[in-house]
Amino acid sequence: MAPWYSFIFPSHKNKNGQYMDWINTFRDSKIAINLAEQLNNMQPRPARIMEVCGTHTVSIAHNGIREFMPPGIVLTSGPGCPVCVTDTSEVDLFIAAAKRKDTIITTFGDLIKVPGSSSTLKNEKTNGADIRIVYSPLDAVEIARQNSNKEIVFLGIGFETTTPTVAAAIMQAEKTGVNNFSVISAHKLMPPALEALVADDEVKIDGLLCPGHVSIIIGANAYEPLVEKYNIPCVISGFEAVDILHGIIMLVEQIENSRAEIEISYDRAVYQHENSTALHIMYQVFTPAVSIWRGLGEIPSSGLVIKEEYKKYDAEHKLGLKKIKSNKSSGCQCGEVLKGIITPKQCKLFDRACQPENPIGPCMVSSEGACAAFFRYGR
Amino acid sequence: MNEKITLDHGSGGRASHDLIKNLLLQVFNSKTLAPMEDSALVQIGQEKIAFSTDSFVVDPIFFPGGNIGDLAINGTVNDIAMRGAQPLYISVAMIIEEGFPISDLEKVIQSIKKSADIAEVEIITGDTKVVPKGKADKIFINTTGIGVLRQNFDISAANAVPGDHVILSGTMADHGVTIVSKQEGLQISGNFQSDSAALNHIIQKLLGHAQHHIHVLRDPTRGGVATTLNEIAESSKMGIRLKEDSLPIRNDVRGACELLGLDPLYLANEGKFLIFVEPSVSEQVIQILKEDKLGKDSQIIGQVTEENPGKVLIDSPLGTSRLLDMLHGTPLPRIC
Repeated sequence: MAPWYSFIFPSHKNKNGQYMDWINTFRDSKIAINLAEQLNNMQPRPARIMEVCGTHTVSIAHNGIREFMPPGIVLTSGPGCPVCVTDTSEVDLFIAAAKRKDTIITTFGDLIKVPGSSSTLKNEKTNGADIRIVYSPLDAVEIARQNSNKEIVFLGIGFETTTPTVAAAIMQAEKTGVNNFSVISAHKLMPPALEALVADDEVKIDGLLCPGHVSIIIGANAYEPLVEKYNIPCVISGFEAVDILHGIIMLVEQIENSRAEIEISYDRAVYQHENSTALHIMYQVFTPAVSIWRGLGEIPSSGLVIKEEYKKYDAEHKLGLKKIKSNKSSGCQCGEVLKGIITPKQCKLFDRACQPENPIGPCMVSSEGACAAFFRYGR
Repeated sequence: MNEKITLDHGSGGRASHDLIKNLLLQVFNSKTLAPMEDSALVQIGQEKIAFSTDSFVVDPIFFPGGNIGDLAINGTVNDIAMRGAQPLYISVAMIIEEGFPISDLEKVIQSIKKSADIAEVEIITGDTKVVPKGKADKIFINTTGIGVLRQNFDISAANAVPGDHVILSGTMADHGVTIVSKQEGLQISGNFQSDSAALNHIIQKLLGHAQHHIHVLRDPTRGGVATTLNEIAESSKMGIRLKEDSLPIRNDVRGACELLGLDPLYLANEGKFLIFVEPSVSEQVIQILKEDKLGKDSQIIGQVTEENPGKVLIDSPLGTSRLLDMLHGTPLPRIC
């Protein structure tokens, strides 16, 4: 079957024989506006569509996609921002590690502002903790190599997209004999969380715009059980305006025709099958375990812990850190936002007590959080 | 409250702005300081003097397109130029960390001299302090400049009026991306170059042609184009509306920003300026700018509106619009 964008450039070349522009075509305003018209001409019945991925949330806000929605089509943001779903107890664990002497914390940037039960990593940094932002976990191994008298702890968050690189970093540390490196694993798996959401009676969703990045690793087949069990339409979409509008059209078509399938709109990057190399590396180091998601609670087999063979790289085990369940309430409604029950603007704290400078909930912290996106682009 | 200074307070964004407004302006209580302009204008005898100071802590100190030395001269020269004044004299004060190689200091000093010559400002006073190893990082430089306002220009961030065209003198984010690509731990490469440059000559040329039609001049340094425009919108109590597809940016800079999750609208520029000008002369202004290599990529990027006072909106190519806020937090530490 020809790709859906073949109406733009059949066989990936235009009539002058030039190759298709794989970036700007999907940002082309004319194509996007055409798709928006096509969507509105369908006059679809009311439906709630959840975009699962944080990058989708930002792109929807950035491009003003909501303005194009036909009446009754509501876009709601899901739990696909890794920072946002990191639980308070996990952040507390990160902070406990940061307070240790002779320790360098390595982390992705957004995490440092997330409030734990009594502090943030940013506070600890101001108080003298050595916290360094890295773009790749392999950089953390390099920092460990250069600072052999200190323990380098990498804060492992993220979904199937990120975790294989963390596994690779652990394998690299073992291969090169770096022993002062360890990881706190707060990694999470996407399909179990989606299942928990869809199974939740409070959550009313008619279709899922499934995450592009995660799906590159896990493949479309990973959603089959979900679709079969809950009869929910699913479309994997890319991140540009054209991608998102096209994904929504595919979802609306399924909803209108009472179909429920997993379909791929982002077919220039996502296959039916998984990226077996990445998953193989991930499962060589990690194994599924129960995990607490901020706002969603405990979900069985939705997290990843470091396997017995690699225990010496498990910071919790190595440094004797203990996870303590937190029951502190701040009035934060991130949970309801993550479930798509309320929009960020409906939260009592939004733009009052909770702002990007002083976030209360993680959805305001991460640049990919639904609240931060609402705050930045459309207060 | 046990509040402490964080890097956000030095980012040039919302936190810096609030700190200045709520602490410094309150205590110093100065009418000249209060408008938070790039440089202060004071009358001394017959002369109107422009006065400005700036400190430089960029890390790394050497980067493609410049180093901390030329940045320190150009930064202060530009702050004076943004009021329409001609910078004349400058001071250079250095805080140097023990152990800093003399050869590196020589390079920085040579570069200070060279950029002062290009800007035609004379270095007339200075100071050198050395602190024990670890008490400062390599070298920090403060420069203070004095200029005179020869004609009676009235250029201020508070002067934007509805209808004004907003012009950006060239591509944005070049300095910010150059620095981040050189900061520790990042493995991105490209032919990025800081745009560090003195803007006083091109501004004098522009003012010679269109003096009374130009209302605002500002260089979008820390906090980037978005933050500077927010400051102007706030000072002028006007709205600003940008057209996203008219923003000049190099393709490789855009690509690097996407990879790193940074928005080029919030990244620093060190050789660009924003001009608010009456629409009748904006084409002429662009023509003059394009004759100079510092203005060859200039573009009209938006317009001042009466609606949405104090806010900046940006229209996407899709015909939708969104709010463009001030910088929140710290995208990158120590860029200048």
